[in-house]
Amino acid sequence: MIDITKQHILTTLSKGSREDERAFTAYRPITVEYGISPKSAEGSARVTIGKTEVVVGIKLEIASPFPDRPDEGTIIVNAELLPLSNPEFESGPPSVEAIELSRVVDRAIREGKALDFKKLSITPGEKAWIVLIDIYPINDDGNLFDAAALGSIAALKNAKFPKVEDDKISYGHLTNQSLPLEQLPISCTVLKIGDSFLVDPLNSEEGQMDARLTIGCLEDGNICALQKGGNAGLTIQDVEKMVEIAQEKTQELRRHL
Amino acid sequence: MTYTKRFDGRQLDELRPIEARVGVVPRATGSALFKIGKTHAIAAVYGPRELYPQFLQDHQRGVLRCNYNMLAFSGAGERVRPGPSRRSKEISMVMEKALFPVLDMRAFPSTVIDVFVELIQTDAGTRCAAITAASLALADAGIPMKDLISSVAVGRIGNAIVLDVTKEEEDYEEGMADIPIAMSTRTGEITLLQDDGLLTKEELINALGLAKKGCEDIKRVQIQALKNKYKEEP
Repeated sequence: MIDITKQHILTTLSKGSREDERAFTAYRPITVEYGISPKSAEGSARVTIGKTEVVVGIKLEIASPFPDRPDEGTIIVNAELLPLSNPEFESGPPSVEAIELSRVVDRAIREGKALDFKKLSITPGEKAWIVLIDIYPINDDGNLFDAAALGSIAALKNAKFPKVEDDKISYGHLTNQSLPLEQLPISCTVLKIGDSFLVDPLNSEEGQMDARLTIGCLEDGNICALQKGGNAGLTIQDVEKMVEIAQEKTQELRRHL
Repeated sequence: MTYTKRFDGRQLDELRPIEARVGVVPRATGSALFKIGKTHAIAAVYGPRELYPQFLQDHQRGVLRCNYNMLAFSGAGERVRPGPSRRSKEISMVMEKALFPVLDMRAFPSTVIDVFVELIQTDAGTRCAAITAASLALADAGIPMKDLISSVAVGRIGNAIVLDVTKEEEDYEEGMADIPIAMSTRTGEITLLQDDGLLTKEELINALGLAKKGCEDIKRVQIQALKNKYKEEP
């Protein structure tokens, strides 16, 4: 069957244009708001990219460190694709899409050495801080990956350690000590549709993509994480081109923090 | 023992600051943000839309399906485990009962109207904020309604009856009763009534009177939020 939507998007792109008339490598307007749940969360942020809105909250817990890394704390990233944010999302156990989203965000933060895990240790072998990062889309108008990654870094920046009394966390009472944030990895997702590369996809563009590559970049432009999606393959030239776009665009995204 | 001065300095019959806005989730059929003090709820309505699996369909009237959920970071203490809990299931159910009386579901046979409410930050009164937000979102979605539903929790703290209880008041050491109430203020019909704690009959009647006053104030803010949407558009 001929896919009319795909045909339409391809025709539009071949004329050098997009549905919302943006340039291929232009993001929609971006906002970052800090401390959107200050009463409840140890850190939080809201990111909007156009009409896409994502909220991220940080909770801290104390737990035993992993036996193979007794002197380190860790992070746990979770994303839930709320049915509130998109008519196609359904309630229930995390979908594979939600799992991929959380793992891609986790990878950039972990591999980008955003947090110094050693500084999250409290008593080696016994106690360490666990940083729980929860990501929720409020309105999905495309590009949840980049919004979630940017929101997570913003929420980590916003977070403060809670007070600890007699080895117990006194939730609701924060110290003024920030988390040991050493690097700010930022992700940019580049889509390939036909022969075109574009960033910050709308839902309709995501639905018709051939391939996507999510690229986590550090401040110096180095890559810290990659995730390819979509059914089509990419050539080395494709990858090179996509990375170049991401390196440029992550610098732009970084300025919003 | 008396509780005369509230922890946050409010009068006994005073609501926390309220903010309401509709159209906050553009993808939804209707949506609303409702803030009461530090309790923040977002509601989105999808539908009427086809209901599957098919055996759930009612050919006489549409089905109202509510889903109350706290974001994992929005609790008072430790992280809230994501996904449905016994508590959230019960609240979702009482929300449906609270909203149903003002809806004419016979207009939408075989369909479902889905209402999703997410709590972003909580300081008690979450089911009431959820109902108030849901009612606004239904109105924003253009679902015909006989009235808006407004909701607030009243409490007995010591021997004082107070409007719009906070978490700090819920945790009052010397005993309290928490009474979430929702109503259609036009008819005075109470559509949600629960109580956790000891109450005399007189205290309950006082509480209902106080809730009515609170709901009337909330309804004015709800109506204004709906009007603002059309004022802001060019």
